[in-house]
Amino acid sequence: MKGSGKVLRGRPIVAGTADGPALVLRQPLSLAGGMSLKTGQIVDVHAPQIGAVVTGRVLVMPVGRGSSTTSTVLAEAIRLGIGPSAIVLPEVDQILALGAIVARELYGRICPILQADPADFEGIRTDDWISIRDDGSFSVRPGTGDAG
Amino acid sequence: MTRFALEARDRRVLKGEDGRARQLAMGIILEMADALGARRLIDVESVHVDGCLAIGQVSLDFPTYLLSNGGRVCVPTTLNVASIDLLHPELSGRDAATFDLGKGIMDAYLALGCQATWTCAPYQLRERPRFGSHIAWAESNAIVFANSVLGARTNRYGDFFDICAALTGRVPYAGLHIPENRRAQTVFRLTGLTDQLLRSEALYPVLGYLVGELTGTLVPAIVGLPSAVSEDQLKALGAAAASSGATAMFHAVGITPEAPTLDVALAGRPPVRQIDVTLDALRAARETLSTRERDQLTGICVGTPHFSLAEFSELRRLFRGRRIRNGLPFYAATGRETYAELSARGWHAELEDVGVELVVDTCTYVRPFLELGSGTVMTNSAKWAYYAPMTLGADVTFGSLADCVESAVAGRIERDEGLWQGA
Repeated sequence: MKGSGKVLRGRPIVAGTADGPALVLRQPLSLAGGMSLKTGQIVDVHAPQIGAVVTGRVLVMPVGRGSSTTSTVLAEAIRLGIGPSAIVLPEVDQILALGAIVARELYGRICPILQADPADFEGIRTDDWISIRDDGSFSVRPGTGDAG
Repeated sequence: MTRFALEARDRRVLKGEDGRARQLAMGIILEMADALGARRLIDVESVHVDGCLAIGQVSLDFPTYLLSNGGRVCVPTTLNVASIDLLHPELSGRDAATFDLGKGIMDAYLALGCQATWTCAPYQLRERPRFGSHIAWAESNAIVFANSVLGARTNRYGDFFDICAALTGRVPYAGLHIPENRRAQTVFRLTGLTDQLLRSEALYPVLGYLVGELTGTLVPAIVGLPSAVSEDQLKALGAAAASSGATAMFHAVGITPEAPTLDVALAGRPPVRQIDVTLDALRAARETLSTRERDQLTGICVGTPHFSLAEFSELRRLFRGRRIRNGLPFYAATGRETYAELSARGWHAELEDVGVELVVDTCTYVRPFLELGSGTVMTNSAKWAYYAPMTLGADVTFGSLADCVESAVAGRIERDEGLWQGA
């Protein structure tokens, strides 16, 4: 997993290409209420990563939880250009997928949603550089920091 | 793109023969069907739409796009809370732009053919889904109630998908639509709780919060709830579990329709996890629901999810005609049907006399109704306690409905700790 630039196989829930540094959450985060649409920051008082900026990051997290408003929050964040560059999950989360699909349909902006193998998912660390391709394959280059 | 053979009627819609709006809706449903690994689509009897809150411009852009492309719902469709109280607009809009956005969204969904219900508790409406029926409901607390208490079948739908289901009447056959996925996977046993606590409405939001946190996405079965448990108590339990976890269904053994016995709830299979729910665990969960416990009381919010008639009856009983401390805001949120019934019974005037302010169409954690200042808001809702620190930046103290009333009368935070002591 830690091999530099090794290509891993994921499943594109919402297809597209993206890259960026990983922001790894080990606890589920509800974007609704948990992410600021003004700053792109995590504002969930229950989240260890409170204050971290989601914008431009590849958000790596367990399947979402809570409010079904999450789709709208993600779509609006993508519309505003403050959303994550992609989201990597170990399971399918249709609520997040919908947000990305609507942003694509209405605004032509792509935020790929990728389902990764749980072992690959576990191996990603915050600040690893992730590149996602249209077919769902992705590479992980180890980064310097490790806050995951 | 789709991996399964479409029925002729769905193929027609996908080709655009029924208009661009339904074509887009069908495309989204099929994309979701693929993501979920579904092999076919099924009809739904009703839809509850959660997309009518003004989260941002996209909340208006999507229904407007559907509307301008000929969109129209084809099954009975109710609407969740919106961002403004149309019956009391003076309570809502702090700025014109937000008000106009909120109103525009509401108008767009009505124009698509949805009903002006504006409630997060559609299960309190006169028409309820029947046992075993397939529905497409959004709003996490409504989803868990429909699956668990009514025995209707819905997945955890969200914004956008809900209106797509309403435009097409179709959803992927996946998740909780499939009987196999409805069986319990975790078991929570209540142990050593007093009868007094088991009867109290204070237990249920706390229990739900704890269960949701520990069970995550798995369907839990709860053993040991009293047979006299009310729908409002189950509502509070489900709403809390859907806030702290991704819970879309629970079984209350001996109470909810798909759990006459634990064995039936488990479908004869062993559970993944078994957890004893002790008084200590509940006390700890109760503490995490409060950001502050001793502070100046700045207001009280109840009715998340929307208050039922039975809850208003209890509220009247608890006040016993006593008035709320002068100027302290006490908001109770409810749906229009319940609101009309309150007026018909003369309870509306009585509650206003006591100092209770009724809020309809929306939820108090969506908009800052209160001048929050530096004080703390009291609530009897685990869901409100969970979300308001994020949506409003509010400090919260959690209490029972009786605590809320006693605090309102006294003008300071009062919590009955007796309930939470051991036997």
